[in-house]
Amino acid sequence: MMSADLTIVLPEILLALYAMLALLGAVYTGKDDTASLLTWLTGGVFVLLAIWIGTTGGDRVTAFDGMFIADGFARFAKVTILLSAAAVLVMSQGYMERRGLLRFEYPILVALAVVGMMVMVSAGDLMALYMGLELQSLALYVVASLRRDSVKSTEAGLKYFILGALSSGLLLYGASLTYGFAGTTLFSGIIAATQGGVSLGLLFGLVFLISGFAFKVSAAPFHMWTPDVYEGSPTPVTAFFATAPKVAAMGLFARVVFDAFGGVVGEWQQIVAFLSVVSMFLGAIAAIGQTNIKRLMAYSSIAHMGFALMGLAAGSAFGVQAMLIYLAIYVTMNIGTFAFIMAMEKDGRPVVEIKALSLYSKREPLRALAMLVLLFSLAGVPPMVGFFGKFYVLRAAYDANLGWLAVAGVIASVIGAFYYLRIVYYMYFGAETEALDGRMSPVLWTALMGSAAIMVFGVVNLFGIEPLAAAAAATLVH
Amino acid sequence: MIGLEHYLTVAAALFVIGIFGLFLNRKNIIILLMSIELMLLAVNINFVAFSAYLGDLAGQVFTLFVLTVAAAEAAIGLAILVCFFRTRGTIDVEDVNVMKG
Repeated sequence: MMSADLTIVLPEILLALYAMLALLGAVYTGKDDTASLLTWLTGGVFVLLAIWIGTTGGDRVTAFDGMFIADGFARFAKVTILLSAAAVLVMSQGYMERRGLLRFEYPILVALAVVGMMVMVSAGDLMALYMGLELQSLALYVVASLRRDSVKSTEAGLKYFILGALSSGLLLYGASLTYGFAGTTLFSGIIAATQGGVSLGLLFGLVFLISGFAFKVSAAPFHMWTPDVYEGSPTPVTAFFATAPKVAAMGLFARVVFDAFGGVVGEWQQIVAFLSVVSMFLGAIAAIGQTNIKRLMAYSSIAHMGFALMGLAAGSAFGVQAMLIYLAIYVTMNIGTFAFIMAMEKDGRPVVEIKALSLYSKREPLRALAMLVLLFSLAGVPPMVGFFGKFYVLRAAYDANLGWLAVAGVIASVIGAFYYLRIVYYMYFGAETEALDGRMSPVLWTALMGSAAIMVFGVVNLFGIEPLAAAAAATLVH
Repeated sequence: MIGLEHYLTVAAALFVIGIFGLFLNRKNIIILLMSIELMLLAVNINFVAFSAYLGDLAGQVFTLFVLTVAAAEAAIGLAILVCFFRTRGTIDVEDVNVMKG
C-alpha cells in the first residue's frame, strides 16, 4: 500500500530530493561558482518532470487515504507550473549573474517553492493544502529579499512575509472552522458533510479560506502587497512571482471550492464573482497612474487574476476549462513581457521607468514589435491569443447566468487597454530621451520572440490546449 | 462546565487581537511578528478544542504541523528583519515606506 502511495507522489519526492542534494552538493563544492550550472540543471529537471507528468495519463488516483490527489487537473496545472518556472529560471541566470545576485540558493529555493506548488494543486486534505502552501510561501519570502543589500528588496521581502503570514493565519482559521464543523480535514469528507447544505460555522470557514486564497492570488481587496513586492524584488524574481505561484494558487482555489465545496456552488459563487469584479476594476484603474513598469505589471496581474476568477465564478466545468486556458495564456504572455523588462537597462543598470521606452521602436524595431504584440495580447485586442483567453472566461460567465459579470469584464478590459496602449504609444511616438542601451541575451531574446510568436500563431488552434484543458476540468468538476 | 464554545470564544478573541495588532501597531516590527504568532496560536486552540470535542485526532496532528511551520516562519521572518535592519538601520513600522503601498 505504502509503495503504491509513494509511486503517485514520486515526482514531488524526486524534486524535493533533488533540491536537498543540490543544496548539499553546492555547499560542499564551489558554492556560488556552481550557481549558473545549478540554475540550468534545475530548469532541465523542471522540464523533464513536466514531460514525465504530461505524458503519463491515467484516471484520478489518490494517495495516503485521499490526502493527495493526482488527476488531470493537477497534471495540467503542474505542467504549466514546471514549464513556466523553468523558463523564468533560465531567463534569470544571465541577469542575476551580471549583477552578482546569482547565489546557489536561488535555484534551490525555486525548486522547493515548485515542490510546494505541486503539492498545492494536488492537495486532497486541509493539512496537505497547508503544508504545500507554506513550503511555497516560505521559499518565496526568501527569494523576494534575495538582494540583501538593497533597501527595496528587503522591504519587499518583509512586506510579503507579514502579509503572507496574515493570509496564512486567515486561511488556517478557516481550515480550523471547516474541520470543526465538517468533522474531518479530508476534502472528500467535507463534500459529504455539505450534502444537506452548509451550516453557519462551515460557511464562516469557507469565507476565511477564500480570503486566504484571495491573498495568495493577489485578488482585490487583498492585493495590497502585490505592487510593493513586485517593485522591490529583483526583476527575475518578480517574473517568477507573476507566473508559477499564480497558477498554483488558482489551482488550489479551484481544487478547494470544487473538491471540498463542490456540492454548494451557490454559497461561494457570489464571493468569487465579487472578488473577480473588484480585482478587474482595481487592476485596470489603479494601473493608469503608474510610471514604474514593474508596479504596472503588478496591477496588470491583479486584473488578470480577476479574469481568471471569473472562470472560477462560473462554477461549471467549462468555467474551470476557461480558467485553465486563461492561466496558461497569461503565464506565456508574462514570460515574454518580463524577458523584455529584464533587458531594459542603461549603462548596465536596470531601468523600470515607462518613459525610458520613448521611441524604442526606432532603435530596436523587432523587440518593440514583439512587445507591441504582447501588450496587445495582455490587453485582449482581438487578433491576439490574449483575446481568446478573455473570450473563454466571458463566455463561461455568460453561460452561468452571470451576464452582469461578463459585461463588467468587458468594461474593465477596455479601461485596462488604456495603460497597455500607453506603453505602445511611448515606444512608437514618445519624445526623444536618453536611449536604453541594454543588449538582449539570446535566452531573453528567444523568450520574448517565442512568447510573441505564440500570441500571433496560437490563434490557429491555441496549440491544442483547449481539449487538454477541457479534459483537465472534467476531472475536477463532476 | 467549560464547553466547546468557551474555547472557541477565547480563540476568536485571540485571533482578532492578533489581526488588530497587525493593523493598529505603528511602533515595531517585532510586535507584528508577535501578532502573527498570536493568530496562529488562536488557530491551534481551535484545532485542539474541536479535536477533543469530536474525539478525532486529526485536529491535534494539524496543530503539530502548524506549530512546526510557525517556528520555521518566525525564523525566516527574523532573518528578513535582520537584513532589513542592516540596510535601513531601523525596524519601526513607520519606516517601512521606501515604496508607497
